[in-house]
Amino acid sequence: MSVLKKLAASAAMAAAMIATPAFAQDDVRIAIVVKALGIGFFEAAAEGAEEAAEELGNVEIIYTGPTDTTAEGQIEVINALIAQQVDAIAISANDTDALVPALQRAMQRGITVISWDSGVAPEGRQLHLNPSSNPLIGNMIIKLAADHLPDGGEVALLSATTTSTNQNIWIEEMMAVMGDYPGIDVVATVYGDDLADKSYREATGLMQSYPDLDAIIAPTSVGIVAAAQAVVDADKVGQVNVTGLGLPSEMAGAIESGASQSFAIWNPIDLGYSATMLAYELSQNGAEAAPGAEIPMGRMGTLTLDENNEGAMADPFVYDASNIDDFKSIF
Amino acid sequence: MTDATQTRPAPDRHVPDRLNSRAARIFKSWEALLLAVAIAIFVINSFASPYFLSAWNLSDATFNFTEKAMIAFAMALLIISGEIDLSVASIIALASTAMGLALQYGAGTPELVIIGLTVGLLCGAFNGFFVTVLGLPSIVVTIGTMSLFRGISFIILGDDAFRGYPASFSWFGQGYIYWVFTVEMLLFVIIAVIYGILLHKTNFGRAVYAIGNNPTGALFSGIRVARVKFILFLLTGLMSGIAAVCLTSRLGSTRPSIATGMELEVVTMVVLGGVNILGGSGTIPGVVIAAFVMGLVTFGLGLLNVPGIVMSIFIGLLLIGVIALPRLWAMAAERRKP
Repeated sequence: MSVLKKLAASAAMAAAMIATPAFAQDDVRIAIVVKALGIGFFEAAAEGAEEAAEELGNVEIIYTGPTDTTAEGQIEVINALIAQQVDAIAISANDTDALVPALQRAMQRGITVISWDSGVAPEGRQLHLNPSSNPLIGNMIIKLAADHLPDGGEVALLSATTTSTNQNIWIEEMMAVMGDYPGIDVVATVYGDDLADKSYREATGLMQSYPDLDAIIAPTSVGIVAAAQAVVDADKVGQVNVTGLGLPSEMAGAIESGASQSFAIWNPIDLGYSATMLAYELSQNGAEAAPGAEIPMGRMGTLTLDENNEGAMADPFVYDASNIDDFKSIF
Repeated sequence: MTDATQTRPAPDRHVPDRLNSRAARIFKSWEALLLAVAIAIFVINSFASPYFLSAWNLSDATFNFTEKAMIAFAMALLIISGEIDLSVASIIALASTAMGLALQYGAGTPELVIIGLTVGLLCGAFNGFFVTVLGLPSIVVTIGTMSLFRGISFIILGDDAFRGYPASFSWFGQGYIYWVFTVEMLLFVIIAVIYGILLHKTNFGRAVYAIGNNPTGALFSGIRVARVKFILFLLTGLMSGIAAVCLTSRLGSTRPSIATGMELEVVTMVVLGGVNILGGSGTIPGVVIAAFVMGLVTFGLGLLNVPGIVMSIFIGLLLIGVIALPRLWAMAAERRKP
């Protein structure tokens, strides 16, 4: 124990003597902190971050995160990043609140902090980058169906549960823009409760009740897969197009069979790219994160911040036969 | 009376921590070995990263182990006595949830601390009751309560969180005593000293070793085995309560997933510190050094941005290495014998 105390004391003295380690850092170091390492979605985001770094030229990406999706693990990572005096931290948080004290400390020591994908409470970050927004998603899901119905047609919704907040908001937003899609009729909304078997039965029921049905829109990753399977089993491929929000890995089969022409979800590569661009703008180009601010993010356009300093990146990214193979192994 | 004792040399009442004296020598070298490992890691880290030798950074790094070490001290005694408590992380979750709940009813900082410690004690008593009164194996009981305690937190909180702890409450996990020395460091030192004295300088500590080596023998020599074990469970619960106060204060919020997986890190720290997982031997200084070793390794690797999974592998190798080395030594010594 006494030896350790001496060590600690000598370390403290050494630190005082060195004061500022003479360490020339030419590169801007941006840390991409994810919920946990080894998740395809985040690996893809890191790829996007590297792309942004290459575009910016003088940026070094530190892609890191804990082994488990715990707030404590992320705090240890944040402490290590603070110690290294990185220029910016862009984090997808495991906990909205628990990271706030650690991230506030980072900001006090002059580090730019933004959150992306999964946000941090406003006092713990300068801005939050949402992959998309409710109006954009609401518009996208009906657009996906309408694009393949130039002469109009009947569509039905297969949602999660009647109380699923996200799905209800998206459907509401979708209904608000129906005027932009003349000739498209929403004939029914059913609920599969985000259970594969119930979603499957509801989708089958829709096709029986509405023989002229042209599309099923499922804004849930469980429902969309089940609906696609129901269409295949009912031998209605080509007549009924399944679309909505889904994961490329789960939907690759449906795209291949033709049960789904296209579907949408965020693009993790774009997300990592945008987060890096935003972090760079804030830390190097003096961009100010304030309500109403417009911050450029390279090829993804600009991010407009709302009153909570949050912004939506873009429309959900559309996946179809042309790009599904590139993404199905990612997430 | 004093004259009589002074003229006659006192009989040697020293009972070694292990009965086998050769093993005792190895045991002593274990701590020396650990200390050497700790120093080596410190030196390597200093060279590997220019950021390591900074008072503030080292201060931040101590958060990697202080809370776990507080529990590890009590756990060390429990393991020496031949029992284990795998519910410690879940006790943290429940104690933290209770504090969050009290906060909703307007509890201030002193009340929050009292509630956190009380819940810890109650959870310890709960475990202790099943092990000592009903005679169930502690590993089974605490695997059960591991799910039970955290389950209660999940029922209360769901996917919600308690936040808005008072500013004065943040002192425990975010406060500094002087310069870079944190409140948690002070607690760590105080608790280490208390447990060091308790284990190595008191009858209670002797009883803990005796129970770990031979519970039946201990019972027949007049040690109240069940009572000692019950107290050890209480202490482990109390330490989990203290850790819950520190961690909740540091995070500034409570979620039911708080401290997930911490029990294994605590047990790792204890075993790395030279405590025999089967009971009967181990020291507090060993656990202290192990705490530093684990803290320095994770922080040092973190500075080099080594992925978490590689860190886990490293800790695992370290654990196996440090445990295997004395054993190999013993085998080599055995072979040298004529």
